[in-house]
Amino acid sequence: MPTVTYRDALNQALREEMRRDPRVFLMGEEVGVYQGAYKVSRGLLDEFGPLRVVDTPITELGFAGVGVGAAMAGLVPVVEFMTWNFALLAMDQIINSAAKMLYMSGGQVSMPIVFRGPGGPALQLAAQHSQAFESFYANVPGLKVVAPSTPADAKGLLKSAIRDDNPVVFIEGEMLYNTKGEVPEGEYTIPIGVADVKREGTDVTIVAHAKMVAVALRAADELAKEGIGAEVVDPRTIRPLDVATLTASVRKTNRCVIVEEGWPFAGVGAQVAYDIQREAFDHLDAPIVRVTGADVPMPYNKPLEKLAKPDAAKVVAACKQVLYQA
Amino acid sequence: MTAKDTRTAKRSARPSSAPPAEDLAGENPAALRKLLRDMLLIRRFEERAGEQYALGKVGGFCHLYIGQEAVAVGAMAALRDDDLIMCSYREHGQALARGVSARAVMAELFGKATGSSGGKGGSMHIFDREKGFLGGHAIVAGHIPLVTGAAFAIKYKGGDQVAVGFFGEAAVNNGAFHESLNMAALWKLPAIYVCENNRYGMGTALERASAMYDIAARTCSYDMPGETVDGMDPLAVRGAMARAAKRARERYIPTLLEARTYRFMGHSMSDPIHGHYRTKEEVELQKARDPVVTFRRTLVDAGMLDDVMWESMQAEVEAEVEDAVRFADESPDPEPAELYTHVYRAP
Repeated sequence: MPTVTYRDALNQALREEMRRDPRVFLMGEEVGVYQGAYKVSRGLLDEFGPLRVVDTPITELGFAGVGVGAAMAGLVPVVEFMTWNFALLAMDQIINSAAKMLYMSGGQVSMPIVFRGPGGPALQLAAQHSQAFESFYANVPGLKVVAPSTPADAKGLLKSAIRDDNPVVFIEGEMLYNTKGEVPEGEYTIPIGVADVKREGTDVTIVAHAKMVAVALRAADELAKEGIGAEVVDPRTIRPLDVATLTASVRKTNRCVIVEEGWPFAGVGAQVAYDIQREAFDHLDAPIVRVTGADVPMPYNKPLEKLAKPDAAKVVAACKQVLYQA
Repeated sequence: MTAKDTRTAKRSARPSSAPPAEDLAGENPAALRKLLRDMLLIRRFEERAGEQYALGKVGGFCHLYIGQEAVAVGAMAALRDDDLIMCSYREHGQALARGVSARAVMAELFGKATGSSGGKGGSMHIFDREKGFLGGHAIVAGHIPLVTGAAFAIKYKGGDQVAVGFFGEAAVNNGAFHESLNMAALWKLPAIYVCENNRYGMGTALERASAMYDIAARTCSYDMPGETVDGMDPLAVRGAMARAAKRARERYIPTLLEARTYRFMGHSMSDPIHGHYRTKEEVELQKARDPVVTFRRTLVDAGMLDDVMWESMQAEVEAEVEDAVRFADESPDPEPAELYTHVYRAP
């Protein structure tokens, strides 16, 4: 299997889907001439031309709405946000227009649209550029929320998102674009709503998505040195959430730690913990523990930023806590 | 007023006085009577909707279109069946003028399964995909980018339809309006933005919300044609729409159309017709411009409408609205299972 970066895997998905379906087009800031702020759209303008690779003004509300309107009129838009921080300006269109169109039209108007871009903190980008919004969008019926952690998942899930007849919020990671992984050759998709066990283990389940999967895997390596077998389960999709796979793991390990970059209050982990205790209460040998971003706006200062983010050491400590080895 | 004239238009907050009646020579009398009938249908429909609201049959917010009928009717008369229409939440009139049945609209107001959105949308979310009627949308200015996107899709597919958006004058101070018009002009999209200037965003007069009063003149920011028309005259609106549609179909040029009109009722059914924000005298003065009365007189003066025709038109319209109310009342509520349908489209 060829080794491909997360960035290029996304690029392959876009290219393949645009070749497959002439209704698919990409729109956003710097996606065309500049080749993408993070080069996800490299080469697409050359292949598909300016009608299908559309550079927009810096107007997130406006072009997100243009995407929604284009979807209402029969196209399949992929709307790129340079980062999900900027998409706050477009939330009215994502939530009030895209998420509700099918319902409030009594099933008449489908909304096949993908909103995509990097989310979560990168390095020292400070408060307004370092936010994870998965839980915000996952709260909304009508939206699907996908946050892939590997190049193979990114490609297979983006292709599924583009083919989905519903609005999909597709959250990538700035810090993931350069990561490499094996990507199957040829045509493949990964279904939305199916979790993936990234590492098997018997002693504790670590639930993590997107960038936090790598953190969880590092923690699992550390724990293995001490003879603790951690199982890392990546939901890959936040909504719909594959509760069955998560609880199957917890039924096996009887202990659970949930990791996410976002803030703790009403975060993704709060929902995951609720679902696991509801489905596997009798199997739990310890209260579920969450490792989250600190409950503060992100500081710029490097040591403070490190304190604010989940890391392998914090995950190891949480696992020992649920194993009563702390 | 031509596109160029608009850019140097005098600032004026006053509704334009009725222009001299357009020359009716060459007009098809039956087509003009149809315009009057469509306006009358909206008027009677809205009167009954207000009455049914008072009876508790219609819930939530209900924004009536009484006074503005000439805008929807004149505009739709210039469009084709394959054009795409989007509206704000004051859209009963546009839906009826577009040919959505009075039954489907009234049943939607009643929240019934037979409504245009199966009872899930209500007064503010009337949809009829087959008629190209893509919704009432309930966030002020929120649908203006959608109109731009529909126009984008038309051009993308090489079509010659137009995408038309109706919104009130309060929407033009919103960023979504500016972002949309900029992109439509930048990308040359076949969009027509119809601003129904009824003078008030709820209770806030245009002069209290907008730094400039000439809405069409805002197009100077986008190098886009703009035109101001008497929104109480269906023929003036139809003419301006036809010019805008021609530009859009033939050359992919967008237009901002300002129709100066007036809302005879309160903002919604729960709001007063007059009070702190406007006087009773002002409303009465504006009623002299009543588009139904005025246009009827125009047709009578032109010898295109006699008393017999008018009586029969009224009877027909009243029967249609009565039938719609009965249909809505007798229709079933959606099944409880409908609560969970249409959240997602199944593959």
